[in-house]
Amino acid sequence: MRNIVELRKINKIYGEKTLNPTQVLFDLDLNFEEESFNSIIGQSGSGKSTLLNILGTLDKATSGDVIIGGKDTQKMKKNELSNLRNEMIGFIFQFHYLLPEFTALENVLMPYRISKKEITQEVIDRAHELLEIVGLTKVKNNLAINMSGGQQQRVAIARSLINQPKIILADEPTGNLDSDTTEQVYTLLRDINKKYKTTFIIITHDRHIAEKADRIVEIKDGRINLDIKN
Amino acid sequence: MKLAFQIAWRFLTSAKRQTLIIILGISVGVSVQVFIGSLISGLQASLVDTTIGQSSQVTIIPLEDDSSISNYDEVVSILKSDDQFNIVSPALDLGGIVRNGIENTERIVFRGFNFEDANQIYAFDEKLLGDSQLPNNMNEVLLGVELGEKLGVSKGDQIEMLIGTEVYTLTVSGFFDFKVSSLNQTWGVASLETAQGIKGEPVISSIETQINEVFDAETIALTYDQSLASYDLKTKNWMADNQDLLSGLQGQSISSLMIQIFVIISVVLGISSTLAITVMQKSKQIGIMKAMGITDRDASLVFLSEGLFLGVFGAIGGVLFGLGLSYAFTTFALNPDGTPVVPLLIDGGFIALSAGIALVACLLASLTPAIKSSKLTVIEVIRNA
Repeated sequence: MRNIVELRKINKIYGEKTLNPTQVLFDLDLNFEEESFNSIIGQSGSGKSTLLNILGTLDKATSGDVIIGGKDTQKMKKNELSNLRNEMIGFIFQFHYLLPEFTALENVLMPYRISKKEITQEVIDRAHELLEIVGLTKVKNNLAINMSGGQQQRVAIARSLINQPKIILADEPTGNLDSDTTEQVYTLLRDINKKYKTTFIIITHDRHIAEKADRIVEIKDGRINLDIKN
Repeated sequence: MKLAFQIAWRFLTSAKRQTLIIILGISVGVSVQVFIGSLISGLQASLVDTTIGQSSQVTIIPLEDDSSISNYDEVVSILKSDDQFNIVSPALDLGGIVRNGIENTERIVFRGFNFEDANQIYAFDEKLLGDSQLPNNMNEVLLGVELGEKLGVSKGDQIEMLIGTEVYTLTVSGFFDFKVSSLNQTWGVASLETAQGIKGEPVISSIETQINEVFDAETIALTYDQSLASYDLKTKNWMADNQDLLSGLQGQSISSLMIQIFVIISVVLGISSTLAITVMQKSKQIGIMKAMGITDRDASLVFLSEGLFLGVFGAIGGVLFGLGLSYAFTTFALNPDGTPVVPLLIDGGFIALSAGIALVACLLASLTPAIKSSKLTVIEVIRNA
């Protein structure tokens, strides 16, 4: 399979101009294949979240290249990066970050509306379908604020898929969920990976969950410690 | 734009109480501005009207004192053809003494007018007492009410008037009450023909006028000073004669402006700080929208739109509230005779301006939060979660 994401010689230094700069990532080389389901593990402070933020173009590497879908993102302007994120990448965060002022359905449609394309019946149908896949048809018109943590996380998953992105980046997507819900959410992500051929890169601290991925990458002290394909 | 509008609208409507309080704050500011502005302009208009509404505003007089204007027709027609003038009225003033019998002798300022014109300035017909009539016939005179009382005459009586060494007999056509004692005690008015007959020549002593824009009096007077010099004429105007009143009006205008400026500043500060807090409140939402690809421009437009909405509703509320306040003031704060204590001047242009200023102020106030929102990065939001 072709690489959808390529990281070349990535370094990340915080507080570069201060007296005590902290290097978090060291000459990291890492590729992810299209349609693959990957997990990144590592202790807290290992640099895995920084890595994911750089992968998602939310943060810039101090040096190195981040190539997404064949495009070098390090040289892109802010607006180009915004467009790239909107079209290519779906995010699922630990704290789901729904817009509490909007309903579940509106939250799911938000990335599409941000793209400023005409809202077609097809898109609305897709939003309904995604909400059905995550099992939230009944509460789709509830405000996000009136939903349980598990429900909100599932809305966030549906939202990440609305623009049919090539890549989903998830940072501890089940970090604040109980074990039953965690299991359900992972099964759901796996199903989506198979159904829509979306590449998943998931940070988790749960080895049990990580082992279900096609590939496990362990980050330790800003370097790749382990890279296993199941 | 549409996206930013919709997000802004949802942000505002989902925090209804906070939004209403902000709108109320803006409305109070605008209403104070509308009310104070209308009050001060009303006060000024009524003061100006009382002071100069019924007198000549720009007066054409001979270059040399004690001379008269003979070929006045041409000048009158020049003035009448100028749109700046509302009313042009030639007048002939004579000073003399009137008597009724030998004991009652009084000084008189005998003024000859074309009543058709002069009535528009002085509104004699509204000031006539009882069955008095305007002195339209030759050798009739209309006397000030106090002058008539002193002379002990009534309508239809004859009085003698001494000018120089000549004695003229005039018939009293009635009395007027100007509510100004100095005029009621000394003025006697007659037709221009009567006055010219007594003077013995077809001359006048001044041309009295009223103008459209009373505060242009000085400028108009200056222009005509030059053009009328060839006729041996000059001007005088109310502004030059009433410097105290003018500085009073100016003082009022400045204090009103100061009040309005401070109201605007407080409104701007209020909105700015509230919106700044909203950005803090909404930083999580902005962060996540940026992760989803919203551009910095759209993220800042959300807050500009909020400013716009708040401004529009605040201005509408403020104008309505201000008009209501003005209405209440003119309805309930009354003189014993039922007229408002201070007549307010409701000026559509001024109200639109106040609303416009509030709107611009709101947009300015939302500029800082908009910039903040534009600069906010996803990383900041994720780290601070």
